[in-house]
Amino acid sequence: MKVSYKWLKQYVDIDISPKELADKLTMAGIAVEHVEYLGQGIKGVVVGEVLEVKPHPQADKLVVCQVDLGRETVQIVTGAENVKAKHRIPVAPVGAELPGGMKLRKARLRGLDSFGMMCSAEELGIDEALVDPESRNGILILDPDSPIGEDIKSLLNLDDAILEFELTPNRSDCLSVINIAREIGAILKKPVKLPEIVFQETDEPVENLAFVEVWDQDLCNRYVARVVKNVKLKPSPQWMQHYLRSAGIRPINNVVDISNFVMLEMGQPLHTFDYDTLAEHKIIVRRAAEGEKMFTLDGQERTFSRDVLLICDGEKPVAVAGVMGGLDTEVTDKTCNILIESARFHPVSVRRTSKLLGLRSESSLRFEKGIDVFNTLEAVHRAAQLMADLAEGEIARGVIDVVGAVPEPTVITLREKKVNEILGTSLTISQINGIMEDLRFPTEIGRDEIKVTVPTYRQDISREIDLIEEVARLNGYDQIPVTLPHGVTTEGKRTRYQKLEDLIKKCLVGAGFMEVINYSFISPKDFDKINLPEDSALRNVIAIKNPLSDEQSVMRTTLVPGLLETASRNTNRRNPNFAFFEWGKIFLPREDKLPQEPMMLGGVISGKMERGWNQEAQVLDFFYLKGVLEVIFHRLGIKNWSLKAESFPGFLHPGRAGNIFLGDIYVGFIGEIHPSVQEKYHLENRTYIFQVYLHQIMEAAEEVFKYQPIPKYPAVERDMALLVKESIPAENITQTIWENGENILTGVTLFDVYKGTQIPEGYKSLAYALTFQSKEKTLTDDEVTAVFQKINESLSEKFGVELR
Amino acid sequence: MLEKLNEIKLKAQEELKNVKTVNDLVSLRVKYLGKKGELTSVLRGMGKLSPEERPRVGQAANEVRELIESILEERNNQLKEEALHQSLKKETIDITLPGQNILLGHKHPITTVIDQIKEIFLGMGYTIAEGPEIELDYYNFEALNLPPDHPARDMQDSFYISDEVLLRTHTSPVQVRVMEKTVPHYPVKIICPGKVYRRDDDATHSPMFHQVEGLVIDKNLSMSDLKGTLRTFARQMFGEDRQIRLRPSYFPFTEPSAEVDISCMMCGGEGCRVCSHTGWLEILGAGMVHPRVLEMSGYNPEEVNGFAFGMGVERITMLKYGIDDLRLLFENDLRFLAQF
Ligand SMILES: [Zn+2]
Repeated sequence: MKVSYKWLKQYVDIDISPKELADKLTMAGIAVEHVEYLGQGIKGVVVGEVLEVKPHPQADKLVVCQVDLGRETVQIVTGAENVKAKHRIPVAPVGAELPGGMKLRKARLRGLDSFGMMCSAEELGIDEALVDPESRNGILILDPDSPIGEDIKSLLNLDDAILEFELTPNRSDCLSVINIAREIGAILKKPVKLPEIVFQETDEPVENLAFVEVWDQDLCNRYVARVVKNVKLKPSPQWMQHYLRSAGIRPINNVVDISNFVMLEMGQPLHTFDYDTLAEHKIIVRRAAEGEKMFTLDGQERTFSRDVLLICDGEKPVAVAGVMGGLDTEVTDKTCNILIESARFHPVSVRRTSKLLGLRSESSLRFEKGIDVFNTLEAVHRAAQLMADLAEGEIARGVIDVVGAVPEPTVITLREKKVNEILGTSLTISQINGIMEDLRFPTEIGRDEIKVTVPTYRQDISREIDLIEEVARLNGYDQIPVTLPHGVTTEGKRTRYQKLEDLIKKCLVGAGFMEVINYSFISPKDFDKINLPEDSALRNVIAIKNPLSDEQSVMRTTLVPGLLETASRNTNRRNPNFAFFEWGKIFLPREDKLPQEPMMLGGVISGKMERGWNQEAQVLDFFYLKGVLEVIFHRLGIKNWSLKAESFPGFLHPGRAGNIFLGDIYVGFIGEIHPSVQEKYHLENRTYIFQVYLHQIMEAAEEVFKYQPIPKYPAVERDMALLVKESIPAENITQTIWENGENILTGVTLFDVYKGTQIPEGYKSLAYALTFQSKEKTLTDDEVTAVFQKINESLSEKFGVELR
Repeated sequence: MLEKLNEIKLKAQEELKNVKTVNDLVSLRVKYLGKKGELTSVLRGMGKLSPEERPRVGQAANEVRELIESILEERNNQLKEEALHQSLKKETIDITLPGQNILLGHKHPITTVIDQIKEIFLGMGYTIAEGPEIELDYYNFEALNLPPDHPARDMQDSFYISDEVLLRTHTSPVQVRVMEKTVPHYPVKIICPGKVYRRDDDATHSPMFHQVEGLVIDKNLSMSDLKGTLRTFARQMFGEDRQIRLRPSYFPFTEPSAEVDISCMMCGGEGCRVCSHTGWLEILGAGMVHPRVLEMSGYNPEEVNGFAFGMGVERITMLKYGIDDLRLLFENDLRFLAQF
């Protein structure tokens, strides 16, 4: 909503600047987004009359005009095509100034002197869309009665400022200039002068001229109409054109302008019909028949369904209620008699209809928010008055008023105690009452409470809290003290999961991982991209009904596509070395309205970590990733986890991946990305990925652990190099070693894995460092050797392993 | 003999002065004081002396020995010192070479900011609540005083899954779920951080973003308590000299409602490009919990009041680190992430 500052001054004596006013309104909850000062930089531009237009002898694109400026006549050479003799136009003579610091000088155009410039709307800072089409892309043609020599700023009200409001949805009452003026009155504590509505009526009673029937009163609880005869169509006066333009509405003619003006002024949308085109001079308000058709004002044929409310005459639909008029009954140049409609349509009905038809207008906007049912009469009177004053209309006697159920006025008890309890203030009852009086809300003051009658234009107020808000905002939010809650002390603490989350993230950050955040929605095509089989359960997704694009149309069931996308983007940007993790939900459909939302941890690594001048680059490979998982499990006190090489989703390398189990519960996977997926994502290097279900892992975590005493007796280290068949997993060897440790084996470290020369084909060499230690005594060589031997024997027995 | 002793003394003094290495020193010690050394051989001849002379020569010989020993000791220390000095000099390293790469990772800046917010409110006695990201219309709208066809629903264009299920458009539904679970007990004192979704994608909007919502329900809570809480938060988050300003606003689930600004930390309130020359930066929305919301969750608004606040984490992150492009936060470029 945009409103002229001058217009507001018609109702309230505003003695502060537009900027100050804007700030005060904003701090009272009627936010002014922007103040636009019109005519800035314009000086000395006056109205001129074109006396003659002659072609330029040397240039066929230019014309030479003699222009009467009142005190003098000047020659102006211009390239504008729309100027004709007798036109009155804005002229910037030599010495005048235009926005942008331009100062006019005498110019010479193809050998002829030009003593100024004729101005377009744009050059005066007026939106071209808001002027007459003949003035667009050319010189602004003024009304023929504009006084020659008058300053353009006062003629076109360019000495005004425009306040652009950003109203909150509850304050749609301020889609009315009068209601904004009421706010200003309450803020500045000044009276509000409402327009005085007086006009002459003819003797002809309106009941004899028109007939109104409302068939669907649930969608239209009031329909008021007046008939005005013999209107003279012409441009409306400058002030009205200016007010409309300030609000972003293009002036058309006096009749149309009046209905727009009253809508802006009073917040009541009006519609004017050409009375003579209404069959039987009848108005019927009813729901559409299924498939009923009509041409709307914009020339389009519309087809309606049953829930659209129509305004019809004796034969046919003539308007879509509250949304748009029909072509056949529109006011035209030939219109002589009019019927003015002032109605209240159901907000939801208008909203649905305008959405359905894709039509949003200034009227539908107001109807949607719900207008004041008691304002319809006032508005139709105001329109009649202006029709008489500005269009010489003859107003038929009386109004037609079809009214259904109207709400009772709301009376609310406002308690002093509650006001201060909610706001933390210590206002007295008379201060509170004072604020209600500033708002012009009728009150009845008691000892500790006030009965407030809420005016019908304030539909946002229905209970005590709404009035408390009025007190708060008009008293000023800055008047609310600053305190801290003083109730029972509460414990600020993290849950167990939240603590574990911190711990796990610390491990990852310590291991050089960077956290990424990917969108929760992915493309269904991503599943193909990661080689997911057609029958994979992960393809069972929650789909978004109204996605922004196909790329973001289903909720992810795995973190993999997002992680690979991130890997791909970084590779593409020449960052091929990375270690990323993501902490986020996946969404799995189930037998419930809401899906399951397990929290997942995933990671992707590739390349090498940055190398220093004296260190080898850490290769980011499968075992680095596994090492990180080991650290996490270790920190969480989880011992019963294992990795099983079994069947995998298609995006993993079949020989370089494993499923992660806690006991026999599957909790995730780790592995190298399948080469074909690596290629599809344009990843430069081998890439490794993991994903785990956090819930199961956190459930299994043992946060309580006890320290182990530092051994008193020395440890003995023995190395063991083994020749093992390649097919035997190292873990089986390690396990057997442990099993035969006889309580004195305290450490098993695999420190070398070797294949190649000196090792027979099909074999590998595993080198272990074994640590033996006793809690009770210093171990003798013989004791250690005995156990070492035993380990050896069982290894060769079980796996045919040879000691090297 | 005394002459001989004196001769030895002078010679030893001279030789010891010029000795260059510890080894030379050792051989000199042998030369003078060893079993076959010069001094020893003099002493060996003592037997030939008269008993009167013996003590005198003996004393003189001892003095010479002591003198040589002390010089030996002194020279030995000097030489060791020099040798150490030499070797330290050789071991000199170029301390301007860079240190080893200790490769720590980084949390996402959004996570870091959420963690900071959590820390502040944990310190004020709040707990952290979580809720589903795919929500029922009821929790996302209706229970928050946004019935179907409420005009304010336009403010938030939502992603729908079905007619009653959608991606939550704010973290406020978590409030309702917590209230439903806690009623009739109080106080409630929670923050709920999390992802939210709106159907918007341009330079200043991301279809997925993060919010932190706060809710307090207790007896005798007032808007002044809300103001104090938010000032405490603003000062801990953005610096001790921050001022806050509340502007009236509208949210269906709070009344009175406010937009909350902090004094611009870039210019200290003087006005600059970051604050559009107003001196203020909008950082969150807040208000007293609407009595209707309390009622729908089973609380009696005559018995308890509540306040709630909600902030966009992206905005706070951008303000805090001076990030001028929202999209950077979701591109996951490691050159960006590595800065936090
Ligand atoms: Zn600033």
